[in-house]
Amino acid sequence: MTQSIIVQVGQCGNQVGCRFWDLALREHAHINTKGVYDEALSSFFRNAVLIDMEEGVVNEILQGPLRDVFDSTQLVTDVSGSGNNWAVGHKVYGPACRDHVVEKVRRAAEHCDSLQCFFLIHSMGGGTGSGLGTHVLSLLEDEFPEVCRIVTSVYPSAEDDVITSPYNSVLAMRELTEHADCVLPVENQSLVDIINKIQQMAHSGKPSQVIRKESTLISGRGGVGGTEKPFDAMNNIIANLLLNLTSSARFEGSLNMDLNEIAMNLVPFPRLHYLVSSLTPLYTLADVNIPVRRLDQMFTDAFSKDHQLIQADPKHSLYLACALVVRGNVQVSDLRRNIERLKPSLSFVSWNQEGWKTSLCSVPPVGHSHSLLALANNTCVKPTFTELRDRFMKLYRKKAHLHHYLHVGGMEHACFSEAVTSLSSLIEEYDQLESTKSLLWSDAPRLQVAT
Amino acid sequence: MSILGQCGNQVGQELFSVLISDSLEAQRQCRGEPGRAYRDCSLERFFREHNEASYARAVLVDMEPKVITHAVATAAKSSTWKYEDGSYFCQKQGSGNNWANGFCVHGPRHEEAVSDLIRRQVERCDRLAGILTMMSVAGGTGSGMGTYITQCLRDSYPHSFILNQLTWPYVPSTEAVIVQNYNSVLTLSHLYQWSDAILVHENDTVHKICAKLMNIKHISFCDVRVPLNGQPALERMAEKTKQGFNKSLANVLILRGKDVSGADPEAFLHPGLYSSWLPAGTAFSTWRSPVPFNGYEKSATLVSNSQSLLKPLDDIVGKAWNMFASKAYVHQYTKFGISEEDFLDSFTALEQVISSYRHLAYFHQYTKFGSSEEGFLDSFTTLEQVISSHRHLPRCRKQYGSSSEQIHTVRRGRVTNLTE
Repeated sequence: MTQSIIVQVGQCGNQVGCRFWDLALREHAHINTKGVYDEALSSFFRNAVLIDMEEGVVNEILQGPLRDVFDSTQLVTDVSGSGNNWAVGHKVYGPACRDHVVEKVRRAAEHCDSLQCFFLIHSMGGGTGSGLGTHVLSLLEDEFPEVCRIVTSVYPSAEDDVITSPYNSVLAMRELTEHADCVLPVENQSLVDIINKIQQMAHSGKPSQVIRKESTLISGRGGVGGTEKPFDAMNNIIANLLLNLTSSARFEGSLNMDLNEIAMNLVPFPRLHYLVSSLTPLYTLADVNIPVRRLDQMFTDAFSKDHQLIQADPKHSLYLACALVVRGNVQVSDLRRNIERLKPSLSFVSWNQEGWKTSLCSVPPVGHSHSLLALANNTCVKPTFTELRDRFMKLYRKKAHLHHYLHVGGMEHACFSEAVTSLSSLIEEYDQLESTKSLLWSDAPRLQVAT
Repeated sequence: MSILGQCGNQVGQELFSVLISDSLEAQRQCRGEPGRAYRDCSLERFFREHNEASYARAVLVDMEPKVITHAVATAAKSSTWKYEDGSYFCQKQGSGNNWANGFCVHGPRHEEAVSDLIRRQVERCDRLAGILTMMSVAGGTGSGMGTYITQCLRDSYPHSFILNQLTWPYVPSTEAVIVQNYNSVLTLSHLYQWSDAILVHENDTVHKICAKLMNIKHISFCDVRVPLNGQPALERMAEKTKQGFNKSLANVLILRGKDVSGADPEAFLHPGLYSSWLPAGTAFSTWRSPVPFNGYEKSATLVSNSQSLLKPLDDIVGKAWNMFASKAYVHQYTKFGISEEDFLDSFTALEQVISSYRHLAYFHQYTKFGSSEEGFLDSFTTLEQVISSHRHLPRCRKQYGSSSEQIHTVRRGRVTNLTE
C-alpha cells in the first residue's frame, strides 16, 4: 500500500484536517473490529504535519479527543499569526520556519514505506494558510520532486469578512498554478448552500425519522468530538472529499486507482489542473433514515450543480477529463451503464471523447451502502476565477490596503501584477478550450508516409 | 517467459494453469506413448521438474505487489505447479499508467535485478527455444517497462526468438486508461525494433496455447476453440475470414484431437484470402496433432498475419494522433524523458506499418535503412544473370563480362536480360 502525508496549514486547514482525521479514525474503527486504535491506525496517523502561526487551533487539537493521536514532532507553530496577510505568511514565516517544516515532513516521510502523495489543506483568503501554505507547497516541490502534490483550497465567498481575501487568493493562485499537481477548489458559498439544503430536507422530513448516529457526513454528532462548532458542518464535507479520495489507497477494491493516476489521467495540460469535485449521496447528510435511493440516482446527482463543491455547472461546459471514485457494493456493469446513460448530456473535448477514469473501492463510507466522488477537469471553473479576478481588480485599482503588503520585505507591485497576469492567462487557456465546444471538429490530418 | 504488469501477470498465471492441465489431460486421454511423449515434451518446455514439483519457467515483474502476490498464491494452491521462489520482482508503487515512467525510469532502474532473474531461468534451460513476454499495452508497467525489458532481452539474447504477447485495450471501456492510446502507440512502435513476432489479443480473449508460430511480425490470433464436427466447421471458419475481405500474409491452422488427418482445410487455400503475389500454398500451413487440447475432443486454432489488425491499429493511432495534435497529456511523458520527437518517430513508424498492411508490401522495411528500388533491381538483375548462366552453362563465360551493355526491362515479376 502507498502512503500519503497530510499537511494542514492555518486555521481553516487545521480545522478541516482535524475533521478528516476524526472521520478516518471512525472509518477504520468501523472496519477494524479489534479495537478503535491499533498499530496500523497509529502508523496511518503519523502521516500528518500541522502548521499554524498562532496557537489557538492547534492547542485545541492537542487538548481535544485527538490529543493522543498527534505529538509535538508533527507540529510547527508560532504565536502571532499572519494578520490575514499573504505577504507575511509567504515572505516572512515561509523562510523563517522552512527548516522546521522540512524536518517534520522528512520525519513523516521516513515512516512511509512508499510515499506517493502530499495532501495540502488550506484556505486562500487568509494569511497563514494562503501565504505560508503556498510557500510550503513550493518547498515540497523542491525537496520531494517525485511526490505528487494534491491541494485542497478553500476559496472565499464574495461576502467574506476578510476584506483583503481577493489579494490573498490571487497571490496564492499563482503559486498553485505553478507548483501544484492537482488543486481541488472548494467554495465556502457552495458548502453553505449544501448545508442549507440538508437542513431543509431534515426539517421537512417525517417525524418518525431517526437520526443516524454513525453517519460521518455531518458534524461531530456521533463522532469522537463533543459539541458542534460553527464551521464543523462545512468542514465535514471537505473532510469527506479527502476520505473518499484516499479510499482507494486505504482499502482494497476491484479497480484500484493510485493517486498519481489521478494526476496522470485528469491533467492534460500542466497548468489546467483545477478539478471540480462533487460528492454524493448528500441526502444522508441529514442523518435521517430515508430509503436508499437507486444507485443510478447517485450518478445523476453527482453531475447536478447542486452537488458541486464550487459554484459551477460542469454539465454546460466542456469536460477535459472526468474521474469517478466509487465506494461500496457497485459493479463494473453499473458503472458502465451509468456512464453510457450520462454521456450524451455531457460535452467532452474532441480529443478525449472517452476521457473517463474510474475506481472501485469495496469499502463504503460509514453509514452508507455506497458513495460516489466525481472529479472533473472542466472549463466551468472559468467563472469562479473570473469573479475572483474582478474582486481583486476592484481593490487593486484603488490601491486599497496595498501598503500592508508592500511593507513586507520582498513584496513589490510586480508580485501583484504577475499574479493577476498568471490568473488571466489561466482563464484565457480555459476560454480557448471552451470555444472548441461548439465547433464541428474533424480528425487531425494524419502523417503521410511513402508507400 | 517474462511476465510483466498487472494484466501480464494475470494472464500468465492462467496460461501456466492451462499448460499443466492440458498436458495432464493428454496423458489421461491418449494412453500409451503419444500421450506420455506429449506430456513430457510439454512439461519440459514450460516447466522445470525439481523434487517432484513443477516450477514454471517464468519471471514475474510488476511495480506493485498485489497481483504477483495473488498469482503466486493461486499457483501454489493448485498443487500441480508453482512459481519458483525468487522468480519475481516487484516494487511498491506502480507506474501511474505512464509509459514513459515504465520505460525511462523503472526499466533502467531495475534492469539489473530483472535481467538477473531472467538469466537464472535461461541457465536452467538445456536449449532456449525462445522467450515469450506477456503484457498489456494500455498501462504503464506492462507497456513501458515491458518494452524496455524486451530491448534488454534482444541485447542479451540476440539469437533467441522473442515473441511478445500483447493484450490490446478494449474500447470503449470504463476500465480504460485515458492515455492508453499513447501507451499503445509507444509500445508497438518500439517493439517493432526488437521483437520477432507480436501476438495480439483483445482484452476479452482468454489465454492461448503457445504454438509454433511463423517468424513474421504482427500476427493476429483468432482462437476458434470450436468443437469441430468435421468439414463444415472448417469451412465456416474460412468463410468468416473471407467475409472481412482481409488479405493474409500467412496463416497457420493448428488442428488437434480426433480425426485430424481427415480434416480438409481446402477452404483456407482460397486465393482470395491472400495477396496476388503470394501463392496460397506457400502462405498457409496446417499443423496436426492427434493429442487433444485440454480435454476437448477436437479443437482448431488459427494464427493469422493479416489485415484484420488494420482497423484496430488504425483506430488507436488515429485517436492518439488527435490527442497529440492538441498536445494533450504530452507534458506527462516529457517529464520522464519521452520528447515530442520521440512521439513523432513512433507515429511515423506505425503509419508505415499501417500503410504496409494496406498494400501488403515489405518495401519500406528495406528502404528505411537505405536500400532503394534501384538497389532491389540491381540485386534481382544479378541473380537473374546467375540463374541464366547456370541454365546455359557453356555460353555463360563469354557473356558474363558485358553487363554494361545489357538492357534491363522490368516486366511483371521478373527482370529480363535482353542479351540472353
